[in-house]
This record gives sequence, structure tokens and C-alpha cells, in this order.
Amino acid sequence: MKLRQRVAMPRGAVVRKARATLNAMAAAALAVVALVVMGLIVVVGGAALWSLATGPGDVAHGALYAPVVLASPILLLWAIQGLADVQRARIRLTAGVEITTPSTDNRRWPLGPWRSVTTWRALAFHLATVGIGGVGGAAVLACWLSPVLVVAWVLAWHLPYPVLIASEFIALVLVVVAGRLAVLVTGWDLWLARALLGPSRNEELARRVETLAQSRADIIKATDAERRRIERDLHDGAQQTLVSLAMNLGIAHNTMTDAPEPARQAIADAQDEALVALAEMRALVRGLHPAVLSDRGLDAALSGLVARTPVPVRLTVDVPSRCSPSVEAVAYFIVAEALTNVAKHSSASRAEVTVTRDGDQLRVIIADDGHGGATPTTDGSGLRGLAQRAASVDGTLTIDSPAGGPTTITAELLCGS
Amino acid sequence: MRVVIAEDSVLLRAGLTKLLTEGGFEVVDAVPDAEALLRSVTAHTPDLALIDVRMPPTHTDEGIRAALVIRRQHPSVALMVLSQYVEERYATDLLSAATSSVGYLLKDRIAHVTDFLDAVRRVAAGGTALDPEVVAQLMVRHRTDPMDRLTPRESEVLRLMAEGRSNHGIVEALRVSPSAVEKYVTNIFAKLDLPPTDVDHRRVLAVLKYLQSA
Repeated sequence: MKLRQRVAMPRGAVVRKARATLNAMAAAALAVVALVVMGLIVVVGGAALWSLATGPGDVAHGALYAPVVLASPILLLWAIQGLADVQRARIRLTAGVEITTPSTDNRRWPLGPWRSVTTWRALAFHLATVGIGGVGGAAVLACWLSPVLVVAWVLAWHLPYPVLIASEFIALVLVVVAGRLAVLVTGWDLWLARALLGPSRNEELARRVETLAQSRADIIKATDAERRRIERDLHDGAQQTLVSLAMNLGIAHNTMTDAPEPARQAIADAQDEALVALAEMRALVRGLHPAVLSDRGLDAALSGLVARTPVPVRLTVDVPSRCSPSVEAVAYFIVAEALTNVAKHSSASRAEVTVTRDGDQLRVIIADDGHGGATPTTDGSGLRGLAQRAASVDGTLTIDSPAGGPTTITAELLCGS
Repeated sequence: MRVVIAEDSVLLRAGLTKLLTEGGFEVVDAVPDAEALLRSVTAHTPDLALIDVRMPPTHTDEGIRAALVIRRQHPSVALMVLSQYVEERYATDLLSAATSSVGYLLKDRIAHVTDFLDAVRRVAAGGTALDPEVVAQLMVRHRTDPMDRLTPRESEVLRLMAEGRSNHGIVEALRVSPSAVEKYVTNIFAKLDLPPTDVDHRRVLAVLKYLQSA
């Protein structure tokens, strides 16, 4: 997502300069308006405060000035925020640049927003723009109007004709410069607006992180859904067809009792091959997504997994309420991969899998009494894959596997539900 | 022998119907989901229901749940459950509700037509037919049980018994003498407190008792 969207500027230097001029003058006008409005509030509020402090102190006096004193910070806040909105609208309209409105942190009125850095940045903009937008815009206007101003000046002071000619010449140079100056002033104006009216760097990063986290979660969810879909398709399609094929070959083998022996042998071989294909398909489908996981949760899915592991495994699952499907899948595949490692590489005689949920945290521990020495860089150990799986749901994976063993792999995941 | 088939794949439904019909069964109904199965069992009260685990609408464990309902409402109907994969949890659910006239096989087993039809007949006659893989999973799951009273060799014999092997079959599988196998079997029955009655049924009871002891 782009934070600022640049609306295409119309092509052509003349148009560009005209727009810049418009923007610079609008900036100048608004700078003055802002200064006047805020100044009035401060002056009136200050005067009321002064009167309250130095006045006679009777009830009527207090009743007159106290509300003014109390109202002025609120009015000033309104002015600062309202004017900031107006300035952003002005930049969108005249410069064609979208400045994202920073969050106001949802702080509570009337004084909460005063603690927000956004408010002070907006105030800083209103003050700084007097120098940049105000003076700059005025200068641009003066340059454009210089030929007229020169005539007025010469006529007012009854200066000689050659002075008029010379001055008009200078004025023409100023007119030529005016467009460039407007572009320059608009550049400074935009720089200032981006720095002070847009989201701060922290806020921008925070938004970015939020967006990335969301899009990553979406991708993981979509990937999970896709794996489930493929699993379903294979189960309903290829697997059933293979079963049917093996069954028909079985029927053929049984009924063709008087067929020549080579034919019967070929049918028997074909049947065996169909069964091998079926077994391979089953392993593949299970690796995609175990249906029992969606259906009965981690305990049931891990029970099946543990039961298929050649090494004896003690399984303890204490998860009172289920985690999100993505996290359950990550936990399942971490245990699956870890137990595959135990069986393949560790020479362990037994292993222990413990899954507990503590608040929002799901802790998965796989321990074995093998020879240890497992590191994420060990080829084919799949430990890197485990760490990546854990990281994909903001989890962590710790591997404690000194040479000589034992090995303990701990995954800590956020349940997300 | 009257059979109702519940299987969502059209191909397999037709194949199973043909297979069972040729095997001498009368297929009274073949339905695509669990709800239709329950209606059909109520309507026909068959001798056996052949049930696929994964059926619409959720494609998870409809078949197991339907089997449990049938066992509760129509205890006389034998149950043969088929699945593309076996889950320890499904097997436990099924066996906790039914210890006779029940079977749980991988669909692969259909390919060995004669064995499969034998298994269906056995279940219809009140016996059991557990897939070797089901038994293996259940045994593995319970082998860390501290209450374990069987020696590893006895466990192995028990596993083979659970698969439906005869003593002769166990002799061949383990390459030991018939008298040794008889001794193991006697020890197992003794350790699991099973009095000598109907021999075949006692073998199944031994397995189920062992599995339920954890």
C-alpha cells in the first residue's frame, strides 16, 4: 500500500508553474488566516487570563472571564486540527499531493490531544509555514505583479521616464523568475507538510508493520486453505480412483482363473503397483494437511502422528481451548518434522512430546534421548524449516542439542484466538 | 446377507455394490452421505452397514459418527468402516462403542477381494476385522503405558491376533514353534483375565481389553 499517492501533475512547464503559483498563494493566504485565528485565540485567552489574575476577583468578573480562559485551549486545539485538515485539503487540490492524515491516537478531548505529538507537529507547521508559505507566497505574488507595482511606484513618486523603462526591465526579469520561485516555494511547502502534517516516521513504520503482518497472515491463511483444497481434491479424486482401480484388478485376478499364467501375473503386478501408488498418495496427502487436525484438533492429530513414529513417544497434550487453524497446522508440522528427525538422525530410544497452552501461548516441546548435535545448518535435518514455520506465525523455535545429547526442541507460538 | 453401503464416491459406490453382489451379498441400498445412511438403516435394518469415514457435508468423520449412532439405535446391524487413512482417535471412538460386529479397514484392503469379503462376512457374523495399521497404531499408542503387563513378544503375538491371524498364521509370521505360540496365547489370556470360552471371540476380547486397559 502506498502511503502517499502522487496524483499525476499535468504536463508542461507553464501548467506546472501556474499550479505552483496557485499553491504558493493559497499557502500564503492560509498561513495568514492560521496566524490570525490562532493569534486571536491566544490574545483573547491571554487577556482573559490576565484580567482574571489582576481583576477585582468578584463573581461577575470571574463568570465573564473564566469561561473564556477555559475555552481558549479547546478553541486553539480545534483551530490547529481544523487548519491542518484545511492545509492537507489545499495541498491535495492545488499541488495534487495526498498527505496522509496522521492518527490522533484517539486521545480524549479536551486536553488529551495536547499530549499527542501530532498536535504539536501541526502547530509547528502552522508557525513554520508563515515563513515558507507566507513569505514565499507573498514573494511569488510580488514577482508576478511587479510590472504593475513598478508603474504605481513610478507614478506615485513622479520619477522620470527612463527609470520606468529600467524598472520595467527588472520587473520583466522578476516575472520570468516568478514561475520558478513558485515551484521552489511549493517544493519547500510540500517538504514541510510531509514532515509535519503527515504521519511521523514511527507512525508510518507502525502502519507498515501492521500492513505487513496482516498481509502475511492472509498469505498463510490462503496457503493453508489451498493445501486443504488440494488434500480434498486428491482424496475425492485420485485416491478413490486408485482404490477402484486396485479393486477392479483384484476382481479381474480372482475371476480370470483360467487365463494364462503370465496374464494373471501381470494383473497381480498391476494390482501391487496400484497399492504402492495408493500408499504413496496417502503419505503425500497426509503431508499436505491431516484432516483429523481440522476435525478433532491437535491432540487427536498428534496421537495418530505419534502412533506412526517408529520410536516410542510419550505424548502429553494440555490445550483446553483450540488455537487458530494456522497455528495448529504449524504446531502439527513442527512435531511431525521433529519426530521424523528423531527417527532418522538421532538414534534415540524414546522421545517425549508435550503441548501446553498458557493463556495465548502454545508451547510445543519435543525431547529425545538421542546423540544430539542437531543444528539448523545440518543438511536435511529440516530444522531450518521448523524455525521458518514457527516464524511464519510470529513464533520462536529453540533448539538445545549438545553433542552427545539429549535434544530438546521448544516452539513457542501465539495461539491467535 | 443384506448390506447398506454409504460411500460418497460414485465410482467406489458402484464398485463396492458390484463386488459385494458378486460375493453373495444382497446390497439393499447404496447412499452418498451419513444422513441418507441413517435413514436407509432405519428403513431396511440390514445385517451390515459398509461405511466410508469421510463423507459430505464436512468431509471429516461423518462415517464414524454415523456408525456410533447406528450402534446405539440398531445394535443388530454390523458395522464395517472403510477409510483412506486410519486415525487412532477414530478407532478408539469406534471400539469404545462396539467390541463385536465391527470392522475398521483401510480402503486398500478392498483390492484383495477374497480377504476383504472374508472380513465383511466375519464382521457380519459378529466378529471383528481391524486393519493391521489400526492395530499397530493402537498398540504403539499404548506401548508406553506403565501398566504394561505383557512382554514385548506377547504384545507382538497379541498384535497378530488382533489382525485376525490364527495360531498357524502367527507361527508363520514369527517363525516360532506352534507350542510356543500356544504358550504365548495362554499367557495373554491369563494376564488379561479371560476365562476359556469361545476361542475365536476370546482372541478379539483379548485385544480390545488390552487396548482399553490404558
